[in-house]
Amino acid sequence: MDYKEIISEAISSLLLNKTRTGLAALGVIIGIGSVIALISLGQASQKAVENQIQSLGSNLLTISPRGASVGGVQRAGGTGTTLTLDDALAILKQFRGSLVNDVSPEFSGRRQVTAGRKNINTQVIGVYPQYAQIRKIQIDKGYFISTRDVEGMTRVAVVGPQVAIDLFGEGTNPVGKSIRIEGIAFKIIGQTLAKGGQGFGNPDDSIYIPLSTAQKQIFGANYLTSIAVEVKDDNIMTDAQNQIGYFLLERHRLTSPENADFSIFSQADVLSTASSVTSTFTTLLAGIAAISLLVGGIGIMNIMLVTVTERTREIGLRKALGAKNKLIIIQFLLEAVILTLSGGVLGIVLGITVSFFLSHSMGLPFTVSLLSILLSFGVSVLVGIIFGIYPARKASKLEPIEALRYE
Amino acid sequence: MPTIIEVSNVRKVYKNDSVETIALEGISFKVQKGEFVAIMGPSGSGKSTLMHILGLLDKPTSGKYFLEEEDVSLLNEDRLAELRNRKIGFVFQAYNLLPRISALKNVALPMIYGGLEEEEGLIKAKRLLEMVGMGDRLLYTPSQLSGGQQQRVAIARSLTMNPSLILADEPTGNIATSQAEEIMKIFVDLNKKGHTIVIITHEEDIASYAQRIIYLRDGKIVKESKSKRIVKKLV
Ligand SMILES: Nc1ncnc2c1ncn2[C@@H]1O[C@H](COP(=O)(O)OP(=O)(O)O)[C@@H](O)[C@H]1O
Ligand SMILES: [Mg+2]
Repeated sequence: MDYKEIISEAISSLLLNKTRTGLAALGVIIGIGSVIALISLGQASQKAVENQIQSLGSNLLTISPRGASVGGVQRAGGTGTTLTLDDALAILKQFRGSLVNDVSPEFSGRRQVTAGRKNINTQVIGVYPQYAQIRKIQIDKGYFISTRDVEGMTRVAVVGPQVAIDLFGEGTNPVGKSIRIEGIAFKIIGQTLAKGGQGFGNPDDSIYIPLSTAQKQIFGANYLTSIAVEVKDDNIMTDAQNQIGYFLLERHRLTSPENADFSIFSQADVLSTASSVTSTFTTLLAGIAAISLLVGGIGIMNIMLVTVTERTREIGLRKALGAKNKLIIIQFLLEAVILTLSGGVLGIVLGITVSFFLSHSMGLPFTVSLLSILLSFGVSVLVGIIFGIYPARKASKLEPIEALRYE
Repeated sequence: MPTIIEVSNVRKVYKNDSVETIALEGISFKVQKGEFVAIMGPSGSGKSTLMHILGLLDKPTSGKYFLEEEDVSLLNEDRLAELRNRKIGFVFQAYNLLPRISALKNVALPMIYGGLEEEEGLIKAKRLLEMVGMGDRLLYTPSQLSGGQQQRVAIARSLTMNPSLILADEPTGNIATSQAEEIMKIFVDLNKKGHTIVIITHEEDIASYAQRIIYLRDGKIVKESKSKRIVKKLV
């Protein structure tokens, strides 16, 4: 059996009716295009999530207060007042060197901030100096909050670049200028380096002040809204999460994790929920892919059935000349597969183009993996086989005389 | 001489929506290797039906058919396809060439199914086309050829696999008389080279090229005779 001959015959018979062939392949083109775009965007958002974990620190644990459950009713997260500076310091004392590098006690809330006649409402965060290192904040101008600032409860502030722009306009150095938070004057001692929008609480749109100042003078609270813990190594995250958890439970005199008045989560935990947003889009694309592949496949089947009817005489002749049923099946199956495969190639080009523009407009990195291209080839061939087998079998079942007589 | 065709009491009944047509009613005859036989009869007498059975394209309703002493009723579809490919060369009234491909490729077509190498096949196809006087039209497609020329290509194709039997159903039926004679001369030549030929026709002139004529009427053999031409020669 000479497959080269059969393939070239299949191609020439497809080229005979280019418009029809093109229209038949359209569904496959769109379907495969969606598959490529789907995988490409999925991987792009996956990569974006990974980048984000990297930029936030993959060895970062965040402890938040959780309203203790009262009669089975849980108060909303972040509203508890159970976390204290002592908790943070105790964690550091207990685990430093073994599990933990450092700890950052934090208090944050939104407050009214003014400079001259400019007035904004933004995130004000009371911090220890460790905050910068643990939260990966870099200083662009001036200095970050120091231990002396915390101990002396000074009224100094470090602003994010967005805050600087909002209050003083673009291109102005805010260091040395004065702002008012809740009417209290603060001197700006530094500005952070732009980090880019990051999920909850954009660090570029935040103001950092000493924790002591924040608690006593701005928020009037003696608890923390969060403790960030830098774990020694990201391989021991779960271990650290557990040990710190039980340590805190004991400190808070709680007996079981179900009653915990705090929660501990890693960046991976946070972002896995955040990335479910992109999965909506992914599902949509998967739907389009599935439907157009189905419709495309039915289109292929339809066109192959027409071809079989048109070529009844040819099939009869081939059988008279000695073609076995298997070979007739292979011939028509090959035609269907070549058709879906060329649709697949065009679909890959389409999918790459679409995902390039989509990832661009969604601010995601653009990736096309070899795997998705191989998968697309596989799917194209599969569609050709699934929807080509019925027409091919129909062709092979034609009786040679009936076929020869057919006009 | 060994027997190549043995038909014994073959009947063929077509059934269409409860209407029965008896196409062949108990036919028996033999063809020896190297013979040139014509089957003659008016339209509707069952000639094509017989040819389809001889060519393994159809099966008799009852009766036996032995091709080179093999009972073909016992063979499965694949084996029948193999026999059609190896042992039988067909020439149809309507030529039945594939319209999209060249004369050369049409002639080489049976080789795809017979397992010959492509190169060897094309060389052989070229030689066969030269033999039927089509050596200067190798790359013409059927639509670029006259009826007579197409039938020459079809005859070349029937020889591709070196079949022991060539079956031709009204091979000159669509061809102008002047060209028909040329076609028949090719068959006579092939027969001289040792090919067994069974030709179907309703024209006395065409049948007269054969050595033996079997007359069919209403699905029965009504007469058998030596060809006049042979008789003339003998005289
Ligand atoms: N497929 C078929 N179904 C029903 N009747 C058929 C079929 N093929 C041939 N016949 C009938 O069988 C008889 C013989 O036909 P055929 O063998 O074609 O004769 P010929 O070739 O001698 O003209 C005719 O009466 C024809 O109508
Ligand atoms: Mg006929």
